[in-house]
Amino acid sequence: MAEKHSPLAQFEIKTLVPLDFGGVNVSFTNSSLFMVATVVVVSLFLILAMRRAALVPGRWQSIAELSYVFVANVMKDTVGSEGRKYFPFIFTVFMFILFGNLLGMLPYSFTFTSHIIVTFTIAAVIFVGVTLIALAKHKMHFFSFFMPPGVPMLLAPLLVPIEIISYLSRPISLSVRLFANMLAGHTLLKVFAGFIVSLGVFGIAPWAFVVALTGLEIVIAFLQAFVFTMLTCLYLNDALHLH
Amino acid sequence: MTEERPKSDLDGLQERIDDARERGTFWTKDEIDGSKPPKSALGLAFRVGIELVSAVAVGLGIGWLLDRWLDTKPWLMLVFIILGGCAGILNVYRMARGFGYAPGYQRGNTPSDGTDRQS
Repeated sequence: MAEKHSPLAQFEIKTLVPLDFGGVNVSFTNSSLFMVATVVVVSLFLILAMRRAALVPGRWQSIAELSYVFVANVMKDTVGSEGRKYFPFIFTVFMFILFGNLLGMLPYSFTFTSHIIVTFTIAAVIFVGVTLIALAKHKMHFFSFFMPPGVPMLLAPLLVPIEIISYLSRPISLSVRLFANMLAGHTLLKVFAGFIVSLGVFGIAPWAFVVALTGLEIVIAFLQAFVFTMLTCLYLNDALHLH
Repeated sequence: MTEERPKSDLDGLQERIDDARERGTFWTKDEIDGSKPPKSALGLAFRVGIELVSAVAVGLGIGWLLDRWLDTKPWLMLVFIILGGCAGILNVYRMARGFGYAPGYQRGNTPSDGTDRQS
């Protein structure tokens, strides 16, 4: 029971190929490895599944089409037809996070979505992109976003900072939600798995719990990818339609 | 002569196709349900917590940076922490009322037509 077996050891970043780029550490780590693996798996899955695109889809083609229709439905319900041109990006984000979460469920693997820096980078890209879209579309009218309609001018000095903080907190809540869910779930799994051996015969109880929890974790992997995508769509909707 | 023919699957096929085209083109928006709060209570509770904390964190960050810039330690940070708390409560209020992140204090946004949102 050394520190190697701590429940948090699974989140440790290990450098696989040390790289240094102009004084910046850009080493290829296990986190990078799993990101690359995710991209490869998603690409292979979609390309192979759609290789023989038949009118009556086979098993794999159904799954690929289902994921497309799922994301398209979320976009349709939240953004509407105007969001159509942003579909490729949203779909990429969804598949990347979903497969990242699911690959993290494999034993001995690494969950890169359990690192705040990864989720925050994705959220920050979305946040900056959505703000630029809103600025390009509404020009200066965008700033009326921070001054809700029907509010007396007297309250403006108080409300505008609050609205700005509320707007700036979006990428943080977006990234923390995904990261905290993955981190908490994987830590919990590991903690209960640790009880199995130390309890001997009675280890059957935590063992059963871990089995159930694994199922729950897979649900959460889907759910969090969905929530992340849906909130991205909501932000996009705000950017496109303002108020 | 059309009356006597037995009804086949092909009857009115064109109509059905047109009908499906009109309503089923994938990208026409029929209802808004994305801005509803998450259904499970645990998910909702989790989201409330994160909304509150992240807004306070942003307020803290802004105040701290402004303090460093204007050399007014620690006053702006205190002010912005409180403002951040307000923003957090506002976020939660909006989430609970079910209009997502749209600013304003009006009751839910109703879509005026298929494409646009109105406030």
